[in-house]
Amino acid sequence: MSMRSRFYALAGEALEDDPRVALVTAEIGVGELPEHPRHFNVGIREQLMIGVAAGLALEGMRPVAHSYTPFLVERPYEQVKLDLGHQDLGAILVSTGASYDAARGGRTHQAPEDVSIMAALPGWTIHVPGHPDELERAFRQALRTDERVYIRMSEEENHAPVNGEGLTVLRAGSPLVIAVGPTLGQVLAATADLDVGVAYVSTVRPFPREALRAAANGDVVLVEPYLAGTSTAEVAAALVDRPTRIFSIGVPLTEFRHYGTPSEHRAAHGLDAAGIRTSIDRFL
Amino acid sequence: MATITALGYDDLPGLLTRLTGDEKHDWSSLSTLDVLWVLHDRVLGPDDRFLLSKGHGPAAFYAVLAAKGHIPVDALEGFGSFSSMLGYHPDRVLVPAAGIGSGSLGHGLPIAVGAALTGRRVYCLVGDAELDEGSNWEAAQYAGRISLGALNVVVIDNRSSTYHWPGGVEERFTLEGWSAVRCDGRDHASIKQAFAAATGERPHVVVADVENKR
Repeated sequence: MSMRSRFYALAGEALEDDPRVALVTAEIGVGELPEHPRHFNVGIREQLMIGVAAGLALEGMRPVAHSYTPFLVERPYEQVKLDLGHQDLGAILVSTGASYDAARGGRTHQAPEDVSIMAALPGWTIHVPGHPDELERAFRQALRTDERVYIRMSEEENHAPVNGEGLTVLRAGSPLVIAVGPTLGQVLAATADLDVGVAYVSTVRPFPREALRAAANGDVVLVEPYLAGTSTAEVAAALVDRPTRIFSIGVPLTEFRHYGTPSEHRAAHGLDAAGIRTSIDRFL
Repeated sequence: MATITALGYDDLPGLLTRLTGDEKHDWSSLSTLDVLWVLHDRVLGPDDRFLLSKGHGPAAFYAVLAAKGHIPVDALEGFGSFSSMLGYHPDRVLVPAAGIGSGSLGHGLPIAVGAALTGRRVYCLVGDAELDEGSNWEAAQYAGRISLGALNVVVIDNRSSTYHWPGGVEERFTLEGWSAVRCDGRDHASIKQAFAAATGERPHVVVADVENKR
């Protein structure tokens, strides 16, 4: 079951179980989500979707808003900033589409910059699950709080979930290659025969700085499934008192005019095992 | 907080002078003054929520909040200064009675829709030029079509929207399924009556006419 299907099932369950939970959508996902008195589909109106989520939170509800990545966080970005952040109201935003799931859909449906802009707003917890079980853990956790939480789902996923939270060291060594969310499978394949450490992170804000300090004893390679370098400043801040080279692999900052498949995009961005290996060899 | 709660409409000019330090201004010209007063004095119940969406020029709002004991009268001094709770646009975290923080136009009405969806009776104040922002129409369309009867909006209409609303802005709301009443935004009985026309079966808009000073 994909992250998306898992989320739809969990959201339906949450509506049944918790009278504080309300779901706000703007057509995307409406067919898969249950009809319910607290599921509000506002039509194709994303500014309203976030404003409504804020109004529900103002009345003590726990709103969950969901759409395609660019329509959830980019189109209504000022609503995310003001209606939630500035009003100090909580909500769970769950996006689908990630950076290039909609490879065939083209640029309008791709949002490799989402985590970067969400991270530019204070007070958000940002999860980038690499497996449906991690999505479930993040979502259930978010439902128990009144915090502002962004969960970024992707079609791409790892073979198995990583159970630890924060930063999990899968293989000790230096340099330390940090795989973020769904990049782990490719990172493991790329580094299988390399003398490097591998760590995994699926919650990138707040970034697990202390765990990184404990795990890193040399240079760091950061592999992110979105805009390259989104968390480089976090890594640098964590290791500020140690001379460290940091190398960031991710989606490059370009207007990328190709359709095709997600795996073609992954390869074009150097985020498949071969591309990651080439980059790491060059870095080493 | 120790505040005086017995202040009335006639005390507002004094409060505004304290807020701004300006003793000569004719405060009666503030576009929102009478509507805000009538709302807080005669319309809003203890369980109702008021959201000021038009956060520009909040002086009248602060004066009404002070008169009604929602903020300390002493807080009026130092308006806009570093440690003041009262800025040129309100911040609800600093002033819980403000309902929402505003300043960027077109945010209050969508939030009001969300609050009203819980059954809470909500009143939201917007300006006629603020309605230029498309986010308001996302909210007005949805609220009208789902007959969101808990929602009440008042438009302060000083005809400041550059491109105007042909036939009056209430035409736009009624087309979307709202009930609408235009009133004299300076006449307290007229304002009160316009709010009282809400049926609770569909969203209601009061368009309050005030003079255009341009």
